[in-house]
Amino acid sequence: MYDLIVIGGGPAGLAAACAAWERGLKRILIVERDRELGGILNQCIHNGFGLHHFQEELTGPEYAGRFVELLSQTGVEVRTDTMVLEVTPGKRVCMVGKSTGYREEDAKAIVLAMGCRERTRGAIAIPGTRPAGVFTAGAAQRYVNIEGWLPGRRVVILGSGDIGLIMARRLTLEGAKVLACVEVMPYSGGLNRNIVQCLEDYGIPLYLSHTVTDIRGRNRVEGVTVSQVDEHRRPIPGTEMDFDCDTLLLSVGLIPENELTRQAGIQTDRRTNGAVVYENMETSIPGVFACGNVCHVHDLVDFVTAESTRAGYAAADFVLGGPTEGQALAVENGPGITYTVPQRIRPGNIQKNAEIFFRVNRVCGKSRILVTSGEKTIARFSRTHLAPGEMEHIVIPGTLLANASGSITVSVEEAAT
Amino acid sequence: MTDVLIIGCGITGAALAFALSRFRLSTVVLERENDVSCGTTKANSAILHAGYDPRPGTLMARLNVRGAELAKRLCRELDVPYLGCGSLVLAFSPEEEETLQELLRRGQRNGVPGLEIWDRERLRREEPEVSPEARAALFAPTAAICSPWEYCLALAETAVRNGVRLHLETEVTGLTRSGDGWLVHTNRGDFESRFVVNAAGIDAARVHDMALPHSFDIHPTRGEYYLLDKCEGGRAKHVLFQCPGPSGKGVLVAPTVHGNLIAGPNAQIVSGDDTANSAQGLSFVRSKAVKSVPGIDFRQSIRNFSGVRANTGHGDFVLDIREGFLDLAGICSPGLTAAPAIAEYACELLRDAGLELTEREDFIRTRRRIRFKELPAPEKAALIAQDPSYGRVICRCETVTEGEILAAFRTPIPPRSVDGVKRRVNTGMGRCQGGFCGPRVLELLAKELGVCPGDILQDRAGSRILARPTKEGAQDV
Amino acid sequence: MKELICILCPNGCHLQVDEAGDYAVTGNACPRGAAYGKSECTHPTRVVTSTVRLLGGSYPRCPVKTDRPIPRELIFPVMAALDGVTAASPVHCGDIILENVCGTGANIVATRSL
Repeated sequence: MYDLIVIGGGPAGLAAACAAWERGLKRILIVERDRELGGILNQCIHNGFGLHHFQEELTGPEYAGRFVELLSQTGVEVRTDTMVLEVTPGKRVCMVGKSTGYREEDAKAIVLAMGCRERTRGAIAIPGTRPAGVFTAGAAQRYVNIEGWLPGRRVVILGSGDIGLIMARRLTLEGAKVLACVEVMPYSGGLNRNIVQCLEDYGIPLYLSHTVTDIRGRNRVEGVTVSQVDEHRRPIPGTEMDFDCDTLLLSVGLIPENELTRQAGIQTDRRTNGAVVYENMETSIPGVFACGNVCHVHDLVDFVTAESTRAGYAAADFVLGGPTEGQALAVENGPGITYTVPQRIRPGNIQKNAEIFFRVNRVCGKSRILVTSGEKTIARFSRTHLAPGEMEHIVIPGTLLANASGSITVSVEEAAT
Repeated sequence: MTDVLIIGCGITGAALAFALSRFRLSTVVLERENDVSCGTTKANSAILHAGYDPRPGTLMARLNVRGAELAKRLCRELDVPYLGCGSLVLAFSPEEEETLQELLRRGQRNGVPGLEIWDRERLRREEPEVSPEARAALFAPTAAICSPWEYCLALAETAVRNGVRLHLETEVTGLTRSGDGWLVHTNRGDFESRFVVNAAGIDAARVHDMALPHSFDIHPTRGEYYLLDKCEGGRAKHVLFQCPGPSGKGVLVAPTVHGNLIAGPNAQIVSGDDTANSAQGLSFVRSKAVKSVPGIDFRQSIRNFSGVRANTGHGDFVLDIREGFLDLAGICSPGLTAAPAIAEYACELLRDAGLELTEREDFIRTRRRIRFKELPAPEKAALIAQDPSYGRVICRCETVTEGEILAAFRTPIPPRSVDGVKRRVNTGMGRCQGGFCGPRVLELLAKELGVCPGDILQDRAGSRILARPTKEGAQDV
Repeated sequence: MKELICILCPNGCHLQVDEAGDYAVTGNACPRGAAYGKSECTHPTRVVTSTVRLLGGSYPRCPVKTDRPIPRELIFPVMAALDGVTAASPVHCGDIILENVCGTGANIVATRSL
């Protein structure tokens, strides 16, 4: 019997395991499906990681390496090249591995840290032929950075999320010609710094409010058509531009990978595509926690680390101190809010502050974020700029939550201009 | 000189190859592509139709009903995913209720067993997600779903095990009469055969015209589809048809044997094998599909595809033999269902034309493949203990192991491309569509084929995945 | 006045740089932004991250970076220099793979142990 089984050895799993060890758990197992720990960070060879957590700028492999180093100083057991097939509500974990065989292990607590996957061409139904040469940005990143292969010579990128922008620069540096980055929304989904240092530095045009409306080529991509879209994201006839390319990269969103979560009967949230969690990242099954991109998609790994550290501590507290009791407040999404994490807060389990992460559903200028309960306003926060591509968070002092009953609602009010 | 040469290894060619492999014959199959099942067979609704649609008295009607019966047994013996889920034709108006009666009468004349008309209540009880607008339905218990490409592969593989020779990437360029038989010219030299069978799908008219005077036309008709994530798979328990119209059976919504939901097709005449998707076609499919099942969440789409049916426009298959040249043409829907019955009928035609059919004693009629995901826990454990490669999961979405991929390399028709692996073991079929497993399948293929990763194909010849290694110096701009 | 977006951290501050007034910077949330604004207008620099060939490792490439920012105009010459480099496993994170690349004073260092 393990104290804790952590499913996934990426940044979330590593931080959770380290935290649980630090808090005093002894029998901890990390199960990782890849051959090494570190998860997707290993292929994110660009820099920009760790400014919050380590106060320095690291590359993805360096960031992962720091945690692998920390982990090596603990007694945490690791099984790599091992895939979890099932998690039962009774906290039994079934796994298979080439060298570890078929195993069923029981745990007092479980941390779900399986990460996320990329949305594909199918999810956005791009018309046209179905030749080779259409890649998700992450798959292309793996080919270039890990395997050492360039996926194409002339590239169009659909989606201006950070992975797409990073790959625009990476492919350019390796000698490919990136013809355009195309974004269906009127604003970029990526960080401003990446637009500057990945597109502008290399003269790669960014077409906002545009999308790919046709893919040509029988066996390999021979070209794509890009069209402008209206405010309902419908292509506008007559605005077509043809690009002569052999590759289309898709950076059109990430989806938490929650098959094990659903199979275990854990409640999930349609808005985050992850588990519904309490303030300590505990799911609807007591003693099962979720953190990192499996819970909701983050922009920055530093926040994954912070969230997963909380989950690791909470898992240790569960094992050492027993289940958390107390009434929970539901966190509702008011106007302007796409989702919140956590979705439930037990005020009795708040040490000092409750942290709420959320995303807004449109770009806002100077705004106020309101936390209300019934007619009462519990807290308000001001922001100068909000965007759906940037995860926001607020910190509510626990004492203020005492004024809430039943539920609290987070909403955005944009200042009149 | 072989006894029979089959042109084309889709479901029709494969079914005939399998049927002929029971006899003491030398049989050759020529396939233009680098794998079997690459045309209409791999891109259709995957439905085994009960047989109430075709006009009574046609070959199509007879072979459909017989084929559905044979398919059930074949899929069991050849380990092909098959689910006898039954089908429903939905009626949304009093006129369509009339159509149901007409289909019922037709089905009864065609010999379709167990047809029933369900009223609204029965329909809602058995198929809760169906539209409340649906007033009644025709239930056909013998309709089923299957994995069409695995069906084709299983038939072809077993035929090869029984001695049939399959030549891939071999395209017929001409046919000349030679003595009692035919000389078949290809890009890989000439083949001589006593009988030639034309199972060339949408190219069947062109192949026919190489041998005999022009006698039929094929109008390639494209159908577009949505394939939805398994989370949508439970929305339909039966194959849900709408009432057929002049352009075919209309848009259906159905479960798949892999647990997904499929919706489609539309019907558009195209030239050649144009399998592109169009915005209009996909939008048409969406709008028609939600008429049957309003709750379908198309945001859960994992893939669009389209296939081209070999319609002839006169409501029946073209199954004719002349001068030792047998056409199995115009195999549009319900061709997948009818295939084994077409093969049975083709054997009769060949026998009547003088081919001697003597059964072999050592005929192999079964096939098995390991599906790791479906094994109970103790068998999983035992399998990994015996062969550790079954412990390494390559495709996370579909839980496909390295062991299954390595086993596919040892089959009689080993895969030559990433999609070839997908058709055999389901890698990349799931919600990430090969985003994670693609690079690993590519690596395994490169090792198996002894080529560099840059030579690995996605699917057909020319569909290379990678351009060149990094760190080679030259800029390609 | 030149408008810039600071690339030093994910905040992406909107900077205004007064090119006529000794590159005085406003809009920055931290002092590093002021330095960035000035340097971006006078001599822009970047950290380059890429890979080099690796022999004998578990993968055929090892990720690397310049250990300090280099002049932006030297990015492609640095990339060209990396084409000719082959490292041999074992490589440790932080190992110098190439010293003083293109005379920039920056070293190319490994960013992963392989």
